[in-house]
Amino acid sequence: MNQIFAVAGIVIKELYRRKDFYVLFIVTVLICLVMGSVNIYNNPDIIRYDKAICLLLIWISSLVIAITATARQIPAEREQRTLLPLLAKPLSRTQLILGKFLGCWMACGLTLLCFYMFFGALAATREHEWPLLGYLQAISMHWAALGVVISLTLLGSLVFAAPSSNATICFVIVGGILFVGRYLDIVALSLHEPWRSGLYGIYYVIPHLEFFDMRKLIIHDWPLISWEYIGLAILYAVGYMAVFLAGACLVFRKKAVN
Amino acid sequence: MTSRTLPLLLTALIVFCFGLAAWLQPRFQQLGWSDDFFGNLFDDSRSIFANSAFVTADEYYHSGYYPTIFDNNEAFATPHMAEDTGAVASRNQGNETGFMGPPRDWIDAFGRHFIPNRHTHLDEGGPTDDLSKSSEVREILPWLKLSAELDPEDVRTFTVTAFWLRTKLNQTSEAEQVLHEGLRYNPGNPQLLFELGRIYFESYHNVSQARSVWEAALRTWRAEAPDEPLSERLKLTNENFDNRFIFEQLQTNLAKLEESTGNLNAAIARWQQAEFASPNPGEIQKHIDKLKSESTRPS
Repeated sequence: MNQIFAVAGIVIKELYRRKDFYVLFIVTVLICLVMGSVNIYNNPDIIRYDKAICLLLIWISSLVIAITATARQIPAEREQRTLLPLLAKPLSRTQLILGKFLGCWMACGLTLLCFYMFFGALAATREHEWPLLGYLQAISMHWAALGVVISLTLLGSLVFAAPSSNATICFVIVGGILFVGRYLDIVALSLHEPWRSGLYGIYYVIPHLEFFDMRKLIIHDWPLISWEYIGLAILYAVGYMAVFLAGACLVFRKKAVN
Repeated sequence: MTSRTLPLLLTALIVFCFGLAAWLQPRFQQLGWSDDFFGNLFDDSRSIFANSAFVTADEYYHSGYYPTIFDNNEAFATPHMAEDTGAVASRNQGNETGFMGPPRDWIDAFGRHFIPNRHTHLDEGGPTDDLSKSSEVREILPWLKLSAELDPEDVRTFTVTAFWLRTKLNQTSEAEQVLHEGLRYNPGNPQLLFELGRIYFESYHNVSQARSVWEAALRTWRAEAPDEPLSERLKLTNENFDNRFIFEQLQTNLAKLEESTGNLNAAIARWQQAEFASPNPGEIQKHIDKLKSESTRPS
């Protein structure tokens, strides 16, 4: 376990040395502040449009950070020829994969914390209240979704040749799931066989990341979701993380390291 | 590169940019380019974006509970925030509370716990059902403003904005400004004049100004199709839906205005006009009979 944490620690340090997070965070802050300063018929308390923009930027930024950071982890080790010395130490391939996953996931958790703290402060300036439990639900669901994305990207980084192609494919898959994942069964109904069965199959197999997108509930101040459902959704995410990580470990076990 | 080269290059670049801008400006004007940012950026497609912003405002009115292109949206054909103003004719059918239908499978059933899943209106308190929060209807305004800026020829954006500013946010002067802005782009538009008359009548209680604005609205309504007989224009067809609606609204409100001033004969004449366009002429006839009996009763 210590080895996994050691690898994870290195990944976290690498991520906060890079400029990606700072640039995305500053862009998000600037856009939200500029949009929030617009005068709308002398109504200073209007905030939901700005909350929507802020949450959209947080989702985009977090996905960019998660996918780009994860996609380069193993290929970078291989390119810099540090993979072999790493594995020569008492560190198994499974531990390396788990360490990389944990590091990326923890780093994304830290970035989410910063983003949501800004979001909370932005909302509080106009709404004069702090629905902390609602934000806790949103951030935990968001983090769980990023866990699935990171494990999927890690598997992709072992399957696809270059980090860029892996990142692009992951963006397309994640974007597709978030936009139309919920409706694939309806789309399938309009198709002929064998496409219908194929699409139905995809609908049941993909991780439904849209479950974890609680933006509308947060923007429009809906009451809290029952914690029972939050727990079930997180279990659902953990299941997919386990599947993708197991896949990554299996692929990595058979892969040449140099 | 000497130390003087960079400032000189920068100066040359600034002079070149200034010259280019001065050269291009009259040419763009000749091409018909205006100072309207969205107009230049989107050209004719801006009405599509404007409609999208208008629908987003309605989504905010429902606190996010809104059909997508995959759902049955018959009950949302006319945005509810526009329908509730009384200035727009409704084309909605079907069940607005259950457009999602029963859950299709366990994924759909589980997913519905994480999205807005109840029909509410912001002016009725939204998801909290707290009527003291009805002023939160202000949250639709940014999208309406964007829609108006993208397509200032869409009059419903101005009427809907003005209605909510006036009724729920008590911002009558802003509502009046919005309507004047709309009239700048759509001179003499009957719907905008109708809404402006409501401000004068209901908020300012200025009867004479309200009457003159509504009568002006009726004149421009008639001027839109001067050769078409009234009976043709008010015929019960789908094409005449909006025509009949605005005519009836104008005549009904003028009739109420005349009643409020005790001018019963003028009120009866207005009600008789409204009867032509009304889907319930029987109800109006009963009211006319009542007014007639009142006017003939010895005082």
